Amino acid sequence: MAVSVRLPTVLRPHAAGQTVVEADAGSVGDIIAGLVARFPGMSGHLLKESGELQRFVNIYVDDEDIRYLDKAATAVADGAELTILPAVAGGA
Amino acid sequence: MARVDSVLDLIGNTPVVDISVLSPNPDARIFIKLEGGNPGGSVKDRIAKAMIEKAERDGELWPGRRILEPSSGNTGIGLALIARLRGHPITIVMPDNTTNERRQLLEMYGADVVLTPGNEGSNGAVRKAQQLADEHPEWAFLYQYGNEANPQAHYDATGPELLRDVPEITHFVTGLGTSGTLLGVGTYLRDHKPDVKIYAVEPPAGEKVEGLRSLDDGFIPPVFVKWGGADLLDGKRIVRPQESVEWTRRLASDCGIFAGVSTGSAVAGAIKVAERLPAGEHATIAVISPDGGWKYISTGIYTGDIEAAAAIAETVNTW
Repeated sequence: MAVSVRLPTVLRPHAAGQTVVEADAGSVGDIIAGLVARFPGMSGHLLKESGELQRFVNIYVDDEDIRYLDKAATAVADGAELTILPAVAGGA
Repeated sequence: MARVDSVLDLIGNTPVVDISVLSPNPDARIFIKLEGGNPGGSVKDRIAKAMIEKAERDGELWPGRRILEPSSGNTGIGLALIARLRGHPITIVMPDNTTNERRQLLEMYGADVVLTPGNEGSNGAVRKAQQLADEHPEWAFLYQYGNEANPQAHYDATGPELLRDVPEITHFVTGLGTSGTLLGVGTYLRDHKPDVKIYAVEPPAGEKVEGLRSLDDGFIPPVFVKWGGADLLDGKRIVRPQESVEWTRRLASDCGIFAGVSTGSAVAGAIKVAERLPAGEHATIAVISPDGGWKYISTGIYTGDIEAAAAIAETVNTW
């Protein structure tokens, strides 16, 4: 069993149109680094030149925002789901 | 006293109901503040009144000057109601995948409605409104996402009302749209009862938005940044459409409360908090119900197969 990574519409073209890709368990930082290595087109979308996550990228592990967990060090276990979402305007 | 001079005097002072019957944990009580009884039917009446009155005070709005605002419905309805009474024409920019009820309510109050593609989400409506504001400097662009009267209205009234009615509160859970409710109520609680934990829930809206070329086109409400939203929160989670619909239905079936889908999301967030409390810890969780269910009846999500209802909730803007 691996980790499922759910991609937003804007990233799917960089992963041959896939909505969900698999990754090995590890930290969020490791999984994102692995994703960028496999799909280099995602690099600029996800990471700043310094390697930090872009400001408008939200990452959730089992639907919890990692900013309020352990950020990039948040552990993602086998069977968990990592969701990448762009920050968008909410309904109001 | 139940007799007032104007319907606008009925905005705020909303009731709180004990819904602990839904709690999965006997040590966690849950209370819900029902905003659906505001005259325009939602919590947004509060910020609509605050933004209009501030603009009038600041000399930016006078009878006859047109108001412009992007809205998925509720803020627009609140603004249109007040604008009608104060003599302001109004244009509301709204995604085209909102319910027909919201559009009809806006038109009933005399608003001009400009529709934007639903697959661009609220970002599309915000962008179009910004473009119209540039083209029409003679209009008053209130801009709830950046207007500090929005969180201030909740700091001044919603927060104090909640603490008055639920003084034992330990956790506050709210939905994120403009983030105004979170910022205003959350900051008030931080200032007056600093131990209260503050959580936000949101729909996975960004999954569907097709108007983005890049993640850099993302949007964080300017008020969220100005009011230090990131530091205010103890946690934030996504609530999926099916979960939102399930808890919206449970509210009706178990508590008799007929609410909108975003209320179901907030309740789902409260349930998660209750489930994860350390053993033996007692909690009093408060959530905000932004509106009643009336404006969503036509979606058909209240009855029938839950998966079909969740699929509808994914395509219709119910937030």
